Amino acid sequence: MSTVHATRSAGTRVFDVAAIRREFPILSRTVNGRPLVYLDNAATSQKPRAVIDALRAYYEEINANIHRGVHWLSQRATDKYEAARESARRFINAGSVEEIVFVRGTTEAINLVAQTYGRTRINEGDEIVISHLEHHSNIVPWQMLCAERKATLRVVPINDAGEFQFDAYANLLNERTRLVAVSHVSNALGSINPVREIIALARSRGIPVLLDGAQAVPHLKVDVRDLGADFYTFSGHKMYGPTGIGVLYGRTEWLEALPPWQGGGDMILSVSFDGTTYNKPPFKFEAGTPNIEGGIGLGAAIEWIEGVGLDNVAAHEHELLEYGTRALRKIEGLNLIGTARQKAGVLSFTLDAIHPHDIGTILDQAGIAIRTGHHCAQPVMDRFNVPATARASLAVYNTTADIDALVEGLDQVVRMFR
Amino acid sequence: MNDLRELYQEFILDHYKKPRNYHAMPDATAHADGYNPLCGDKVKVHLKVADGIVTDVAFEGSGCAISTASASTMTEALKGKPLAEVRALFEAFHEMLTSPEPTVDPASLGKLAVFGGVREFPVRVKCATLAWHTMKAALDNSNNPVSTE
Repeated sequence: MSTVHATRSAGTRVFDVAAIRREFPILSRTVNGRPLVYLDNAATSQKPRAVIDALRAYYEEINANIHRGVHWLSQRATDKYEAARESARRFINAGSVEEIVFVRGTTEAINLVAQTYGRTRINEGDEIVISHLEHHSNIVPWQMLCAERKATLRVVPINDAGEFQFDAYANLLNERTRLVAVSHVSNALGSINPVREIIALARSRGIPVLLDGAQAVPHLKVDVRDLGADFYTFSGHKMYGPTGIGVLYGRTEWLEALPPWQGGGDMILSVSFDGTTYNKPPFKFEAGTPNIEGGIGLGAAIEWIEGVGLDNVAAHEHELLEYGTRALRKIEGLNLIGTARQKAGVLSFTLDAIHPHDIGTILDQAGIAIRTGHHCAQPVMDRFNVPATARASLAVYNTTADIDALVEGLDQVVRMFR
Repeated sequence: MNDLRELYQEFILDHYKKPRNYHAMPDATAHADGYNPLCGDKVKVHLKVADGIVTDVAFEGSGCAISTASASTMTEALKGKPLAEVRALFEAFHEMLTSPEPTVDPASLGKLAVFGGVREFPVRVKCATLAWHTMKAALDNSNNPVSTE
């Protein structure tokens, strides 16, 4: 296996999955005496050396609180943290760093919008549109908001392939619709939603759109301005970065118009007992000492992905998805759940008469990590009339050998239950 | 690998594929619902108790091999037993799976002892105990569904 580090014009390396794997220390470990086969990337991805080193370097070299110290360390930490914000801006092509709010993750980003936009713009009788594909994090905040504001949640159906039904969506929009909140890529099934068209239609009717991009940004190039999204949300840990850090992108006009969320330090310009003036975006939404190491780690993850090249990531994962789909379809009694024509690297399935939980335990003994359960998307499970599925989800470091190991493991499951 | 064979031994797979006493019971004297949110397993346990004796037991629901086989085996074990004995079995079964140092003699549990191997798979212990907790809730006449969380 040759290690190739020739550079391309775009500054990305020639794609070499073996070299990429060597950058992930955890991938060389064994689990239950077998080499780890990690196929639970939609839950969280593993971290490359570059990200782990960035976290260590932060604590070993520049640890300090940010945004207010005049001392050298504080300035270095602030610079590094704010450089990560610029990396995040570049990553999704936002217009300015003021549009990048650091949050704990996608869940917090959605809750932030639900509480700021929701509490000031949603009133009795108004409607919010989501889809049947959503993760609980893009369902429950809106249910809570609707209960509080006496608004109604409308759900766009999906078909048997797990595809967003656009005509039904168009019919759901009306003069009471105040927000559309949909996933860019489904976590349970991998379906890629037609978000450009979803946004174009909503915005032509003056309705803002929030996209849950948690499962999109690790796998495909996202350009929020090209999409025209009002809000875009994602998490660091599913894209090779640390847990506890994520991004809320909001168009400048929204972030300026919306009220602050949590109150505290950093989100103010001045405080007195007569009144307080708030900081400008994004700081207006970032009360308290933030997750500094997380921000810096996210910045390192973004730079790492840019080095590999998202086009390379997408092409590699697409090839693996096709390989895996063909391989799984050959297994007798296996039902793929989610067969959308536009799909990211998720293989969700059931095996006749074998519960996903049993599949997961048997695979685990072979060192293979997959997710079993409802994937925080119970409405999707109900739609397909299953209590749970087994889900293998791909990342850039997976190989056809990982898929082969999965297939071999599933053969063993079937033999065991025969 | 040996642990896995122990977990998915023939006896357990047989009860999974052909669960015993799997039916509704309109004239039951007690019911309870159990739910494991981790995996979506649902179980409904029906009991008929007369003169302090469990005269009939049945269950319904959907679950993994471990939870289904455990429920099935439980119904066979409890039928005809006095309530005091039923409660003692619950405690013994629970101890076998969850105590750091179980003192229960597996032989005293009869066929239920086959679930001892589940100890080696801590995330699966809830699968094996779901039906038992649900049964106990039915005995205690609790109207709240049992959750393993």
